[in-house]
Amino acid sequence: MNSRVRNQVRDKLFEYLGIFSTAIGIFLLMIFIGSILVDGLGRIDWDFMTSLPSRKAEKAGILTAWTGSLWLFFLTAVIAIPIGVAAGIYLEEYGRKGRLATLLEINITNLAGVPSVIYGILGLEIFVRTMHLGGSLLAGACTLSLLILPIIIVATRESIKAVPSSIKEASYGMGATRWQTMQHQVLPAAGGGIATGIILALSRAIGETAPVIVIGALAYVPFVARSPMDEFTVLPIQIFNWTSRPDHAFIINAAAGIIILLAVTFLLNGIAAYLRYKWQKNTQW
Amino acid sequence: MVIMEPVARHDKMETKPTDNAGTSPTALKLRTRNVNVFYGDKKVIDNVSMGIAEKTVTAFIGPSGCGKSTFLRLFNRMNDYIDTFSKEGEILIDDREIYAPGVRVEELRKQVGMVFQKPNPFPKSIYENVAYGLKIQGIKKKTVLDEAVEASLRSAALWDEVRDNLNKSALALSGGQQQRLCIARALAVKPSVLLMDEPASALDPIATSKIEELIHELKHAYTIVIVTHNMQQAGRVSDKTAFFYLGRLIEYNDTKKLFTSPDHEMTENYITGRFG
Repeated sequence: MNSRVRNQVRDKLFEYLGIFSTAIGIFLLMIFIGSILVDGLGRIDWDFMTSLPSRKAEKAGILTAWTGSLWLFFLTAVIAIPIGVAAGIYLEEYGRKGRLATLLEINITNLAGVPSVIYGILGLEIFVRTMHLGGSLLAGACTLSLLILPIIIVATRESIKAVPSSIKEASYGMGATRWQTMQHQVLPAAGGGIATGIILALSRAIGETAPVIVIGALAYVPFVARSPMDEFTVLPIQIFNWTSRPDHAFIINAAAGIIILLAVTFLLNGIAAYLRYKWQKNTQW
Repeated sequence: MVIMEPVARHDKMETKPTDNAGTSPTALKLRTRNVNVFYGDKKVIDNVSMGIAEKTVTAFIGPSGCGKSTFLRLFNRMNDYIDTFSKEGEILIDDREIYAPGVRVEELRKQVGMVFQKPNPFPKSIYENVAYGLKIQGIKKKTVLDEAVEASLRSAALWDEVRDNLNKSALALSGGQQQRLCIARALAVKPSVLLMDEPASALDPIATSKIEELIHELKHAYTIVIVTHNMQQAGRVSDKTAFFYLGRLIEYNDTKKLFTSPDHEMTENYITGRFG
């Protein structure tokens, strides 16, 4: 076999390997989603969405869980987005580049990879105990904000970095201040990337279980949270709690809960993908 | 090294009356005295002193890396964003030190417009591009903006080509049109100095000649400094030419003189293509 044929065979081999690997992933996911749908789809109805948790599986619902998740989503967004985007802008555009900046950059990137339970313990110590927020929504949102801040900061920096410096120079050259350049040129161009990063980060936040368990979110909360200081539960905790019960009826409940959680996550990811697509179409240099 | 005080020495060309006023410093629009520039420890501009007369075109030539772009960017302080940048010496516009503590760099850049090597219109409409400089100054009145946009586009010889498409994306224009749009954008804030950093190097010959014609026109109202790699271009558009080499100003002379009988041997070697 000469080398040309060998290279062609290798090329084909790699192609099939790629198809095979992709197929495995899709196949497993399909089985998982399929079995969840079979188990849980029949359980989802209006009552399931609007009932409080209960000791009886048939009467139990996810009202406190999804409202808790919603609360947490918005509180986390309110805390993490301004801080994360502002920090990203500062580090990328204003801060002096030096040894300290490099150190910060490495640390932030590393923080994005720290296991979430560690953030939970940090949140427990700082927000729950030191700041006396207790096992409240606010403490949960603060903790999840810490968790996703590195993701938002990195996404913001990368998006800003992708804006051609010629555009910034043109703006500065016209007598624009740094903030005017940011506001009128850089942020509109980087907005798609930033928004995508934010949504992906938030969708991660609402799927997190470990940190909210650590700070003391409860599995059984018999009321809908009315203020950020209330105790709460979230969908992943509710699901986790149900799956650990021996009664099969609760497993069905868990499957139904998973469908809702997945639907929300897919929806958020879909929005992120759409934003990225739309922005890419609108800005080309 | 010979550092020319050209205004005092070369006043032969009748086309430049300002040169005759060499004894009066106020006739000089731009002036530098013993300027050194460093990037970190590296000296990139070495003791350059020169004066540029009002409403003339001055070309900076020299091989890549000779510091001509860095030197050009001193006049609107575009080097300020480079963290390792530092400078010594005086840089004056209308006899005012532009690096003095009280100078607001945004105000300076309204007075000193810049056109870059690669056409860099904003990803916005033609109208928005030209109106940008006025809008960031807080001017919102539609009639004022409309007038300024039209006047600037006319000055940049682009009005007739785009008058019906002002809301079209600037990115849809050809390269040459984009560059003239960038010139219009710079003119809209009514600067008195126009810095051009190889404005035609990314353009085809026809677009280039349009830019050169435009420079001829604009000379009557603006003090223009142009960096160019193209020596024919320097010869065609400029009144005076400065030859830089390794961060030093080797020769600064009337363009005609510099290209026909340069005072300095190194200049001669460069313009005849013996190095660079």
